[in-house]
Amino acid sequence: MQVLNKILSRYAGEKSDLVPLLQEIQSEYGYLSEELMKEVSHFTNAPESEIYGVATFYTQFRFTPKGKKHISVCTGTACHVTGAQQIIEDMERHLNIKEGETTPDEEYSLESVGCLGCCALAPAAMVNDEIKSKLSLRNIKKLFKGYKPPESSK
Amino acid sequence: MWVVLVCYAEPIVMVLKPQEPSVIYGNVTKKVARKITRSHIMQDTPLPDYALGSWGGEIEGIIPLFEQKSMKMQERRLRNCGFIDPTNIGHYLAQGGYSGFMRALKMESSEIIEEIKKSGLRGRGGAGFPTWMKWQFCLDSGKKTNYLVCNADEGEPGAIVNRSLLESDPHSVLEGILIAAKTIRAKKAYLYCRAEYPLALERLKTAIKEMKERGFLGKNIMGSGFNLEILIKEGAGAFVCGEETALLASIEGERGTPRTRPPFPTTEGLFGKPTVINNVETMASVTQVMQQGAEKYSQMGTKESKGTKTFSLVGQVKKTGLIEVPLGTTLREVIFDIGGGILDEGEFKSVQIGGPSGGCVPVQLLDTPIDYSSLLEVGAMMGSGGLVVMDHSTCMVEVARYFLEFIQKESCGKCVPCRLGTKQMLDILTVITVDKGKKKDLDVLPELAEAVKLGSLCGLGQSAPNPILTTMRFFMEEYQSHIEDGICPARDCKEFITYTIDSETCDGCMGCIKSCPVGAISGKKDKVHIIDTLKCVKCGTCLDLCKKKKNAVILANNC
Repeated sequence: MQVLNKILSRYAGEKSDLVPLLQEIQSEYGYLSEELMKEVSHFTNAPESEIYGVATFYTQFRFTPKGKKHISVCTGTACHVTGAQQIIEDMERHLNIKEGETTPDEEYSLESVGCLGCCALAPAAMVNDEIKSKLSLRNIKKLFKGYKPPESSK
Repeated sequence: MWVVLVCYAEPIVMVLKPQEPSVIYGNVTKKVARKITRSHIMQDTPLPDYALGSWGGEIEGIIPLFEQKSMKMQERRLRNCGFIDPTNIGHYLAQGGYSGFMRALKMESSEIIEEIKKSGLRGRGGAGFPTWMKWQFCLDSGKKTNYLVCNADEGEPGAIVNRSLLESDPHSVLEGILIAAKTIRAKKAYLYCRAEYPLALERLKTAIKEMKERGFLGKNIMGSGFNLEILIKEGAGAFVCGEETALLASIEGERGTPRTRPPFPTTEGLFGKPTVINNVETMASVTQVMQQGAEKYSQMGTKESKGTKTFSLVGQVKKTGLIEVPLGTTLREVIFDIGGGILDEGEFKSVQIGGPSGGCVPVQLLDTPIDYSSLLEVGAMMGSGGLVVMDHSTCMVEVARYFLEFIQKESCGKCVPCRLGTKQMLDILTVITVDKGKKKDLDVLPELAEAVKLGSLCGLGQSAPNPILTTMRFFMEEYQSHIEDGICPARDCKEFITYTIDSETCDGCMGCIKSCPVGAISGKKDKVHIIDTLKCVKCGTCLDLCKKKKNAVILANNC
């Protein structure tokens, strides 16, 4: 909680700080846990339901931990027409999880996102902060080289 | 990075030598980079084989870049992008940067508004509202505190216009913000940028820091008594926040839901104060108008749509990337002359303009000029500048379904017709694409579309049915084939198609067996291979692979 207090100390607790505050907490902790949101509720003097309501409205916020390698597959129009859906399905097969999930060993997490803005390099995905461009079912194998997913996804 | 339509050939290297024309190389790999270093850099021998064009003169065997047809047609507001260092304000100043603002400092608000009015500039965010009018409304409200918000929440899939401006020429946007804020007498400006654009955010932060150091921001700017603070707000991934009232709610720390207008933000906006909301590209255009003068700016474009517009040309086209053309250029010129035509010599089918709120324009309307009114006539809209080209392998019912899926996910849920209507429309479209469509679906869809259009508060809902309406208008026969004949003419919808191997042409090379991600293909070396249709996930990997070898994989409709 020391980390959290340090973040909170930079804000005045006003309502308009809520989104940036949650963003900063998520970038530090990787996700928004129930406890963290309770603390934010105390801090901003707003009901927990409201904090949760705002957090769930925006797709950026997640409520489960990320994997060590977090993969965001772009599903913008250009990526869609060049086969993003197949890329996602194939990654699901490689990792034995569904989109939006994390592997049980917390190595990988997979999600689909709105346009990443690399339309000229479609289909694209982001692995942590690095853009992978012109993906194909052949070249994504390299991303998972040597990785064997644990048996069950739950 | 050079952003004007050589994006398709990235990575780009530009070799500049004193007293010589520069050479721009494309598709540079490690190997080519080594060759360029050895031959051009160390020995003064340029390599025409790898060059895209020259710059500032001719070199034997290399055509000057801007003499080439695809480049000649373009105009450049992105003129600084790729030429200046976006992290060094000195570069921007050397290109005449901030001269537009310095001019504005000596003018009254009414004079600046008059200048923008004369330029004919209309908002580049999509709807095309005259920029000067917004500013005037805000001033007319007569309140003491006004806010300026620059909308950089470019959520439209397929559009990357704002991103490139913010990353490669952030000061041109910030200068526009200064001018607008000075005009509407705002002391605080917000720049609302997507969190998905980390580099843009970083560049903006650097640029703002530099502005402060040079006295372009803060208290008593350039000794004029004008104060301004620019705050960056990161969006958190909600498409609807591109809608102005939703964007304001988001800055205030609420769920980003739109509200009823009027009152318009120009009378009651952020924190209840009059607020002008302008798009990134609009801000950069304001800079251009003030630097060049309204007269020069208004010479470009058509009578009603002045100036230039940046588009991101993507999809099944040879040269993908950003382009900037005068308004009034036709779609055909953009796709075939600038974009070089369809990928793999395919057949043009449709171009999607304006993202989920826009529409699909078919081949017979390719000569439509790109301006605000002509696009509305064909059921599309300017949007924020995405042009996604589709060829014969794209199913238009599936495209409509894709956009509806996007809209349905992004609908904030406030208006019932949008929340439920988009879901119903999506369900119907999904049913059609999995071969379970019924004839009456084609009557229900337009009815629902009308209801959603009329019953929604904001632009997202009002334009949500556009993809369905335009595809039904121009590609009705595709809907009918899905429902009546059980055929997907584009062979795109998986439920309709099967992959098989032609036993006469297959030479048993084992290539497809190795490439199949699910192990659905079996066979021995030099013997005909077989696809197990039950295991096959219809990903098309084997087809792509074999196309270049034997072309033995056949993709066909089930019946």
